[in-house]
Amino acid sequence: MPTIVVEVMPKAELLDPAGKAVAGALHRLGHEGISDVRIGKRFELHVDVADAAMLETARQLAADMLSNGVIEDVVSVHVAEEAVR
Amino acid sequence: MRIGVVTFPGSLDDRDAQRAVRLAGAEPVALWHGTHDLQGVDAIVLPGGFSYGDYLRCGAIAARSPIMAEVIDAANSGMPVLGICNGFQILVEAHLLPGGLIRNDHGDFIRRDQRLRVESIDSAWTNGFELGQEITIPLKNGEGGFIADEATLDRLEGEGLVAFRYLDVNPNGSLRDIAGLRNERGNVVGLMPHPEHAVEPGFGPNTPEAMRSGVDGLTFFTSVIKQSVLS
Repeated sequence: MPTIVVEVMPKAELLDPAGKAVAGALHRLGHEGISDVRIGKRFELHVDVADAAMLETARQLAADMLSNGVIEDVVSVHVAEEAVR
Repeated sequence: MRIGVVTFPGSLDDRDAQRAVRLAGAEPVALWHGTHDLQGVDAIVLPGGFSYGDYLRCGAIAARSPIMAEVIDAANSGMPVLGICNGFQILVEAHLLPGGLIRNDHGDFIRRDQRLRVESIDSAWTNGFELGQEITIPLKNGEGGFIADEATLDRLEGEGLVAFRYLDVNPNGSLRDIAGLRNERGNVVGLMPHPEHAVEPGFGPNTPEAMRSGVDGLTFFTSVIKQSVLS
């Protein structure tokens, strides 16, 4: 089944306590080369047909419901490669 | 006066809010999220809890539940609406109040008797306070950090829409110590602390006079009753 992927990230200027906790754990494990971690969300919308209209619907939903523009940015809305599924 | 309290899946403090309404002298009416029926109430409380398990974002799914269409229409028509904690998050997600609420900056869930300063008495739910009055209301949340962009914060301050500010400590990283807001019309108020937990001697926060004697939360409910009598 075709899948539209929506990816949402907390805004860069906002503190991401969950990402900060993971970064802290990585540093304790010796991964000094990883300076920061930010945690976002990936939605997979299984659709009947992944045409232009459905992609536009997904973009609308990404902006209106799947993200909150005050605290998050939609970073990607795209049709997943079939090979991935 | 009849005050509706909406129960969503995952609401926790709906019964407490009903009890507060009763103690203040109004009739509580239980409303259900899955209906479109406000049952002719005169005011609405969106209670605390974890509606829909805080999935997606706190309050995001509840803000799009069936009864919220009617709540939003009623709020836009001037009906008093109070959002407490998760209810505040629902009001923000429903765009009835600006800004957003994010995880506490220290990452921990917090529960404390919180001192607040009343910053606006020009609302249906705060008109019984004195401007600048210092009150103590229980606070309990994991995602109570209020944020908005600088322009919005300046507008909120300039228009007197900050209803409550945290005193002593900022418990969750809220910008400019904002604990609660009102809308321009004054009928919609949202705050993270829980006034419904400070309405009856013996069950409220501690005061200098006696343990658990704090009843500062009662004024929210008597305010809206007083306004309905006067209008």
